[in-house]
Amino acid sequence: MVTSPALRVNGLRKAYGDVVAVAGLDFEVGSGECFGLLGPNGAGKTTTLEICEGLLAADSGTVEVLGRTWDSAPDELRELLGIQLQETQLSEKLTVDETLTLFQSFYRNARSLSEVIDVVELGEKRSARVGALSGGQKQRLAVACALVGNPQILFLDEPTTGLDPQSRRQMWDLVSQFQADGKTIVLTTHYMEEAERLCDRVAIVDHGRVIAEGTPNALIDAVDLTHLPPPEPRKTHATLEDVFVSLTGRTLRDE
Amino acid sequence: MREPDAVFWTFVFPIILAAGLGLAFRQRGPDRAHVGVIAEHSSPLTESLSGDSSIIVQSLGDSAGALALRTGKVALLVMPTAKPDSVRYVYDPARSDAVTARLLVDRALQAGAGRTNPVRTTDSFVTEAGSRYIDFLVPGLLGMNLMGASIWGLGFAIVTARSKKLLKRLMATPMSRAQYLLSFLISRLVFLVFEVITLLGFGHYVFGVPLRGSLITLALIAIVSAVSFGGLGLLTASRAKTIEAAQGIMNFVMMPMWILSGVFFSAANFPDAIQPVIRLLPLTAVNDALRANMLEGASLAAVSPQLLIIAAWGVLTFFAALKLFRWR
Ligand SMILES: Nc1ncnc2c1ncn2[C@@H]1O[C@H](COP(=O)(O)OP(=O)(O)OP(=O)(O)O)[C@@H](O)[C@H]1O
Ligand SMILES: [Mg+2]
Repeated sequence: MVTSPALRVNGLRKAYGDVVAVAGLDFEVGSGECFGLLGPNGAGKTTTLEICEGLLAADSGTVEVLGRTWDSAPDELRELLGIQLQETQLSEKLTVDETLTLFQSFYRNARSLSEVIDVVELGEKRSARVGALSGGQKQRLAVACALVGNPQILFLDEPTTGLDPQSRRQMWDLVSQFQADGKTIVLTTHYMEEAERLCDRVAIVDHGRVIAEGTPNALIDAVDLTHLPPPEPRKTHATLEDVFVSLTGRTLRDE
Repeated sequence: MREPDAVFWTFVFPIILAAGLGLAFRQRGPDRAHVGVIAEHSSPLTESLSGDSSIIVQSLGDSAGALALRTGKVALLVMPTAKPDSVRYVYDPARSDAVTARLLVDRALQAGAGRTNPVRTTDSFVTEAGSRYIDFLVPGLLGMNLMGASIWGLGFAIVTARSKKLLKRLMATPMSRAQYLLSFLISRLVFLVFEVITLLGFGHYVFGVPLRGSLITLALIAIVSAVSFGGLGLLTASRAKTIEAAQGIMNFVMMPMWILSGVFFSAANFPDAIQPVIRLLPLTAVNDALRANMLEGASLAAVSPQLLIIAAWGVLTFFAALKLFRWR
């Protein structure tokens, strides 16, 4: 499946004053792959994604997206990328349709509104104001805004945080569907189950560095269950959570 | 109309302001001087003054007279002195109504004592629309409103979008940034139509404020002004991250113009030394152009210097905003 990489990150560094958010990060994402960045709060996931999305400048290191760099082809890249940010709030006063029409108007070969609305299952809410949507519906709309430009690569920053199990499953279906078209996805998440289900490969990030990388199964298999603190050793099958604990001695969501 | 608050501030507020000020300065009867006389009701002094229709005479005791003068109930006190046929005027020379009262009283007394006027004069009175305070006020309010709506309207929209990371999200799309900022200016034009029509319609039909110039020129002035202030609005909102910070900057930009640019009183009242600066302020140019058009019926050519100043502000502020704009 892995051919020429869709995303290549080398020696990435970024500091905010004294806070080093990203401390020399390397990874590659193959074309058509779904790649997950996992890590606790403040690990540097959002910072890494935003550099890849061309929203932040790195202090050093290189990023190549679809064979291009942000310095050489920024306009071309913006056409090819679909992104969902961790903290964007769309205009509450616009309706779902208006919001999507706005985003659609920015792209040269955008998808049709009704197609995207079907994918995110917001058909009944087309003329509802954004302010009147539930959290899960807002999140799906944000993903719809990412999809409407017909991107080749999709960046999702915690797409399912705060969603109920049903909305989360809808989001998973949506991601799988996008990947089934042969396109690339890079996402961040706190949920092990999500990473295990969706991602072909994951990188575990802590303190701005990749501390482990591989397929979810390979990472899980590498864990020596007997070395886990209790009560984990009684398990017969390790999870990605266990991977993280065994690597750092901390749990993944100890915020 | 999805922002009820905005509707209030842009439409209802200026109308209330115009109505309130219009009533306060409404057409009174001919101005008459209030004068206190320290003498008996039936004294010759009082008699000779009450004969004059432009003077309202009150006969007062010493202390009541002093109080009436201090509190502004009378503009002038007339006191007989010890010598026969002589009076003293007590008044504040800085008050124009006191000076007028002194002249009127003196004229009445001298005429009563037999002075004749060597020159024959006749008066003709002007009460025409166009020279009243409300006529001065409405174009000023319109200018102030065009400025406020652009700066507040765009400022809040942009700073909200920035604080909600919407600008950052838009940055990640192929959207043209200049076009995005331009779209704010164009959005001003839509609202402009309502703002101008409500305020001018109100002034014209309720207070009879004249619209002497060509309406097309008036529309052109309003459009150029709204777009130009839109540029200023973009510039004031180009860096601020929070509404509070933006509000501070907006007030800092607008406050001097509310005072200096002749909204409520003529800018000519300020010292000559700062007149060139005042003339270059955008709101001064807008107010001057609106007044020239509405009150004097000035042609497009006559207001073109002002239009040029307004347009220059628009172009400069727009490009400055585009350069300085913080998208994150
Ligand atoms: N604008 C900023 N200014 C200063 N420090 C920042 C800024 N953004 C992030 N940081 C710091 O950089 C570090 C990495 O933050 P980042 O948002 O990338 O983490 P994250 O992995 O996405 O965390 P989370 O799971 O909470 O979203 C944190 O320590 C954070 O405090
Ligand atoms: Mg994050």
